[in-house]
Amino acid sequence: MIRFALTKFLGLAATLLVAAAITFAALDILPGDPARFILGINATPDAVAALREQLGLDAPALQRFFSWIGGMFVGDFGLSYTQGQPVGQLIAGRLGVTIPLTVIAMILSAGIGLPIGILAARRRGSFADTGLMVLAQLGVAIPNFWFGMLLVLLFSVTLRWLPPGGFVPWGENPFAAFASLILPSIALALPQAAILARVMRTALVDVQGSDYIRTARAKGLTLSEAVWKHGVRNAMLPVLTILGLQFAYLVAGTVIVENVFYLPGLGRLIFDAISARDLILVRSSVIILVLAVIGTMFLTDLAYAWVDPRLRSRKAE
Amino acid sequence: MALRTAVAAFALALSFVGIADAAPRTDLRIGLVLEPPALDPTAGAAAAIDEVVYQNVFEGLTRIDETGAVQPALASSWDVSADGLSYTFHLVEGATFHDGTTFDADDVVFTYGRITAADSVNAQKALYAGIDSVTAVNTSTVELKLKGPDGLFLFNVGRGDAVIVAPESAANNANTPIGTGPFKFVNWQKGADLTLEQYAGYWGTKPALTKVTYVFINDAAARVNALLAGSIDGINNTDASTLPVFKADPRFKVVVGSTEGETLLVQNNAKAPFSDLKVRQAIAHSLDRAEIIAGASSGYGTPIGSHFPPHSKDYVDLTGTYPYDLDAARKLLAEAGYPDGFSATLKLPPVPYATVGGQIVASQLAKVGIKLTQVNLDWNQWLTDVFTNKDYDLTIISHVEPFDIGIYADPNYYFGYNDPDFQAIMKQLNETTDEAARKELLIAAQKRLAEQAVNGYLFELAQTGVWSAKLEGMWQNAPVEGVVLSGIRWTE
Amino acid sequence: MTDLPAPEKRVWLRHPSLRIGAVASLVFLLVGFVSIAWVPYPIEVINVGAAMQDPSPAHWLGTDHLGRDMLSMIMKGTLTSFVVAAIAVAIGALIGVPLGLAAAAWGGPAEWTILRVNDFLLAFPALIIAILITTIFGPSAINAMIAVGIFNIPVFARVARGGALSLKTLDYVGAARLAGMGPIEIARRHILPNIASLIIVQATIQLALGILAEASLSYVGLGTQPPATSLGLMLKDAQTYALLKPSLALIPGITIILIVVALNLAGDGLRDQLDPKLRRLGGARGAA
Repeated sequence: MIRFALTKFLGLAATLLVAAAITFAALDILPGDPARFILGINATPDAVAALREQLGLDAPALQRFFSWIGGMFVGDFGLSYTQGQPVGQLIAGRLGVTIPLTVIAMILSAGIGLPIGILAARRRGSFADTGLMVLAQLGVAIPNFWFGMLLVLLFSVTLRWLPPGGFVPWGENPFAAFASLILPSIALALPQAAILARVMRTALVDVQGSDYIRTARAKGLTLSEAVWKHGVRNAMLPVLTILGLQFAYLVAGTVIVENVFYLPGLGRLIFDAISARDLILVRSSVIILVLAVIGTMFLTDLAYAWVDPRLRSRKAE
Repeated sequence: MALRTAVAAFALALSFVGIADAAPRTDLRIGLVLEPPALDPTAGAAAAIDEVVYQNVFEGLTRIDETGAVQPALASSWDVSADGLSYTFHLVEGATFHDGTTFDADDVVFTYGRITAADSVNAQKALYAGIDSVTAVNTSTVELKLKGPDGLFLFNVGRGDAVIVAPESAANNANTPIGTGPFKFVNWQKGADLTLEQYAGYWGTKPALTKVTYVFINDAAARVNALLAGSIDGINNTDASTLPVFKADPRFKVVVGSTEGETLLVQNNAKAPFSDLKVRQAIAHSLDRAEIIAGASSGYGTPIGSHFPPHSKDYVDLTGTYPYDLDAARKLLAEAGYPDGFSATLKLPPVPYATVGGQIVASQLAKVGIKLTQVNLDWNQWLTDVFTNKDYDLTIISHVEPFDIGIYADPNYYFGYNDPDFQAIMKQLNETTDEAARKELLIAAQKRLAEQAVNGYLFELAQTGVWSAKLEGMWQNAPVEGVVLSGIRWTE
Repeated sequence: MTDLPAPEKRVWLRHPSLRIGAVASLVFLLVGFVSIAWVPYPIEVINVGAAMQDPSPAHWLGTDHLGRDMLSMIMKGTLTSFVVAAIAVAIGALIGVPLGLAAAAWGGPAEWTILRVNDFLLAFPALIIAILITTIFGPSAINAMIAVGIFNIPVFARVARGGALSLKTLDYVGAARLAGMGPIEIARRHILPNIASLIIVQATIQLALGILAEASLSYVGLGTQPPATSLGLMLKDAQTYALLKPSLALIPGITIILIVVALNLAGDGLRDQLDPKLRRLGGARGAA
């Protein structure tokens, strides 16, 4: 188990380094001058040059890359070009929104999707099953920014139950902070819940016809009991895989949802930073996101291998 | 039973989310489209910076009022020497910065020294390049000497780029702005909102509002929803396309005014075929301003015929110089050697009046055989390709600087327009301070630009604001960038 | 010895969701294709005076905020959305499948590298990279295709590798190797035809995802650019008019939903059809 974990960890580190190099290179070739952007069209060339000097934009590429990587090890992610503040601080602030949002969305998607999948599998072939699967199909098909808007139109504009967006800091009012994340989490969670429902149903349906279920029933358990005691656990394996991948999808989805609900999250930060050519901010934020996703995949693989020892001996994945 | 208690508790918790207070309020939540990247107006060009801090947190020696006129601010009065080269400002007494330090002449000297320094990162440095010296005569008097007379000097002194900052705090103004204004900076939740509170030690008239929060909402539909849900009280300038929803709703009032933004179809005068006057005239004949305004700005905005705002006292209506006439356009194109028209690219910045306006212009010019390929850029690309490298054929942009007709006198400006006649008019204008003489020269300048069809003059951008019907005192027009809070109050 | 069942055409058409899904998808595809040759009104022509009209004999679905005919817009929009998604799938499959096959065939450090590259591609927040790509190279439908296509690569690589791994141990593959066939020959003649069904199922799913991805990119302004249109762009433009004229959003929105559901139904039906052996070959893990 230890060797498995170590090999996986090395793979993670390698991926991260490659990610850093590619991110840096990709951004460096991005045309556009942050200094000119900050100072606008009426700025004199010498003002622009002075700002470029201040921001250290003209140092050679390799030097900037290594100072960036080196800085990251000690937690120094550099100073944002456009905001003049430590990138680490800026990102940390945004994480306080994006992480709870993603976590709530994951809980919601599992909490809604899995029971629906189980229910549909147990009532396989019935009207309820078809109805639930139709809902699941719709859930996957609706563009999430549109769904978000519709949620706002209903719950904020018409019913006035929840805020249409924005964020109250946790420190100021935790209830209001939570309330601001409810609609965005739902918008984020819906397609994932739909996918989980379908995967769960398929996996369970598979399992129902399998040998060990028949054995369990022969031993005297009812179908329900058999499914619950043995089936679900076995069906969880493919579900776990999906859950691991979901984190990446959710993280990608936050860009859209944070825009629709004007939340001060990491996705919006990256998006705005790209527009402003604040490359330091973009670089470090992207690496942190990559780290989060790879980390989750790593943990999922560990959990997987722990649950199913057969997987530990397989060479790579 | 437990369920009911839980629901009640949850509902109670949700009620903490609500903000509104029944009695006449003194707090305000304003929506802004863009978040300022930093808060120092003397070190950045973003309009959002001024919208938050100009005349609210920071003040200059003079200030621009709602009509665009110069008013006293930190300078209660001033004397101008006969030759127009020396300005003596008498400063107000008892003004303090938000950190408690007193305001005096040394702060003025520091501020202007900073603007004109060799390593200054002021976005409008060129406007203050004519300052020869700044001296503190005594603690409440400052003398500024100019290298040459400047008719716009007092106006420029009142801009956001020249607000007075203190040496003790200037370095941190980007994140914690310290000024002398009626509101002090309290908190900035990056990406979300920014809060100001009334400054108890303000030297002038206290504003009616005690707390103002700017909420940054990037998405147009989200802004509409935020207003409708009551989560913000107003937006100074939002998409014109969303106004019909609010016009029909008695809870809101729509405030439409003018800005200093001339929206132009910019032509690269240095590049064929736009270097040919006949081609430019043909394009002018092909533009249907009414349709562009209707489609790109939902009908808000005033047509212009030259690079000058219609609300100005020196404006002359030149929209009839090249009336809409497709036959005349085709004839001119044929004379210029393009009987079948030509192809060109139209590079557009990411603003609705450009992206939508571009589609309309392309559709209109197609009727005379000019086939345009639209290329949508982000601001950075626009600044690089179009503005800095001048690598473009056509673009659409709104120039929002007040009194910027002088840009046409610079042959290196991205317009590529090099006209000795116009340059002569500008030179004379810069040296003239007499109002009547200035008016004549400005009229001549407008006429020259219109006749030369330097750019396609489309319309003056309107400021389309939506506010709660219970608010008053907001500026209808935007003679300068900013959202001035001091006059705003709740009526009930 | 087990071999994949050769799918029979008759069996395919019997499966209900496959039938519905395939027919519906084809209908939309057809609508899109027709628009290449003809639309009721050209969409580049703006006529602001005729904006926001209700459905009428002249305009079957009404007009949008710029006076363009909604039916023409939907036709062109459907075509663009399909093309972007299809090319993205092509990029993903053409690069991903060989990568996955190579990983399965060669094993060892080559496989390890390919898997790391895969992880890396999967780990990057897809939309952010798409934003970066379209910012570097300019926003356009083509760059959107490339950006989305890059994210299809690891998906197809996984599916191909999973399928190939299971086949690798089969007798006839062993026999072919003994006979002296190189790995590329084996891949082409034995493995590829047998995992083709897996790939096709995955392709329909990625097609549906591609249409949604294009919509997301258009929402942030980096997808299809005017005067062209796509379903995502139509939906985005309609957002501000949600309360004034809901039909502007409902029409493209419902179209997207119908196409995506149709494609997913077809994909699911195909997969069920080739079940159960298909799933044991790694379909469940490879697909989302």
